[in-house]
Amino acid sequence: MTKIDGAAALKRRRRRTALVGWSFILPNLVGFAALTLVPVGATLLLAFTDWNSYDTPHWIGFDNFQRMWDNDNFWTALSNTAWYAAGHIPLTMAASLGLAVLLNQKLRGVAFFRTAFFFPYITSLVAVAVVWNMLFSPDAGPVNQLLRAVGVAHPPGWTTDTDWALPAVVITSVWRDMGYYMVLYLAGLQAIPAELYEAARVDGAGPWKRFWHVTVPSLRPTTFFVLVMLTVSSFKVFDLVQVMTEGGPGRSTLVLSQLIFREGITQGRFGYSSAISLVLFLIVLIITVTQFRFQRRSER
Amino acid sequence: MKTTVLREDSTTARLPRQPAPAAPAGPRPHRRGPAGPGRIVGRALLYMALTGLAAAVLVPFAWMLVSSLKADSEVFTVPIQWIPKSFRWENFSDIWDQIPLWTYLGNSLFLSVVITALQVLTGSFAAYGFAKVRFPGRDAVFLAYIATIAVPWQAYMVPQYILMQKLGLVNTHLSLILLQAFGAFGVFLMRQYYLTIPDEISEAARLDGLTEYGIWARIVLPLSKPALAGLALLTFVNTWNDYMGPFIYLTDNDLWTVQLGLRSFVGMYSSQYAMIMTGSVLSVLPILVVFLLGQRYFVQGISTSGMK
Repeated sequence: MTKIDGAAALKRRRRRTALVGWSFILPNLVGFAALTLVPVGATLLLAFTDWNSYDTPHWIGFDNFQRMWDNDNFWTALSNTAWYAAGHIPLTMAASLGLAVLLNQKLRGVAFFRTAFFFPYITSLVAVAVVWNMLFSPDAGPVNQLLRAVGVAHPPGWTTDTDWALPAVVITSVWRDMGYYMVLYLAGLQAIPAELYEAARVDGAGPWKRFWHVTVPSLRPTTFFVLVMLTVSSFKVFDLVQVMTEGGPGRSTLVLSQLIFREGITQGRFGYSSAISLVLFLIVLIITVTQFRFQRRSER
Repeated sequence: MKTTVLREDSTTARLPRQPAPAAPAGPRPHRRGPAGPGRIVGRALLYMALTGLAAAVLVPFAWMLVSSLKADSEVFTVPIQWIPKSFRWENFSDIWDQIPLWTYLGNSLFLSVVITALQVLTGSFAAYGFAKVRFPGRDAVFLAYIATIAVPWQAYMVPQYILMQKLGLVNTHLSLILLQAFGAFGVFLMRQYYLTIPDEISEAARLDGLTEYGIWARIVLPLSKPALAGLALLTFVNTWNDYMGPFIYLTDNDLWTVQLGLRSFVGMYSSQYAMIMTGSVLSVLPILVVFLLGQRYFVQGISTSGMK
């Protein structure tokens, strides 16, 4: 009798806990589900339809992907995005790790330097783009004045030149983002036990060896996190390109997310743009999963 | 997905550290180096390197500020004038007549405050459910949150836009508020922080007869002030600086944020270099103030999202 009562009470308590738990989550979950989860799911379906702003959707299988395959703009955008990532990821990583190592010391004034390096990250993007556009100005811009002063006779035209516009965007983005990842690396550095350095020192390792054999391996979890974040963020780059170059000159800085925006929102080709979105998502997913596998293996 | 991955990795990475010889506790060894001239030279070199780097990183800001006080014709000179011939302070009063900057600033402030408040409130509330209450379905829902952090926003912005269009919310502030207030990031960050609060504390409060809501409001929230501040500041700054959201959703000039206003100003008066820089300075200034007031919490917030 009491046993049954106890079981019923337990069941009731469990149900109450579940209700309480859901009540905590729901206010956020309702908004999140309606505005994020549902659209994510919709992208998956829309990619296989011909829906646009004039017609009702029809299921067209892989036609959108066929069209993408045959389309020049898609390949240009894909290759530009890949080049951007190939520049942005390693440079930002190196810069942020370098700054973090320099700043991980008990120095007077270290807080000032940390602030200085972090500040670009929180500066409004339009201001950043506008200023760098002017700095990169081909004739009298400060960057080219500096280059001429150090002996470069014909400095590049940066954002006005189809070959140099993308590097200009990459430089600006590294300058902007390195402070954020520096903070992540600093947190990682501070978690490395001092004994490891002590032991390396006893073994006669100099600063360079200590960096490669103690700092770098100990930072592996942080590096992995930074790598994943950088990959996701560089494949979805939009704002900086849109404000700095609008994809130009020509199509030289057109990136995937701009193409999605143009096709989907400007042109109203919902199905086709969803297909591009799906490809973008799959690329990010494949790279992230590969990194994860690689990380797993090197841990062993 | 990401959380579990990272936690697993950090523990496995920490494992080999434990058997390391326990050196006597003290100041960090790589700072203890030999005292003497070598050390002083090293210090001096480090300071020089840091100062040089800081100067290089800050130079665009200096150029922006200096240019904002010049005449248009003096902005691009060879060689660069680092001190204007005559300071044109009137740039900072003229700009208010050129563009409706007050409207833009007001819109940015409104959106940033509302979105930050909603994100912090619903995010920290939901995070408590994810971190401290055990119930079926919890982990599956959390996985959905984490998974979407890795999905680029561009991948689902078109369906979102169609949804907003059907609801008649395109070209309203409400659309941006709805889109940005329920992000996964706040939930994720707060949950990370709540996990560091020992369960014994909430357990004890439960025995004292507090409900879960009471524990959240009276115990967990006060304990997580630094994380709340970090999340609030990061959300505020991100919303203030957001370009893509307002760019897609807002077409009426009256609704524009500072970012859109500045961008359109640049498009219309592309040769008014000095005035453009004045606008840029004014758009950065509020962020600078917020940042200097809460710098500590920014750093803490970012670190919380990366660790554990």
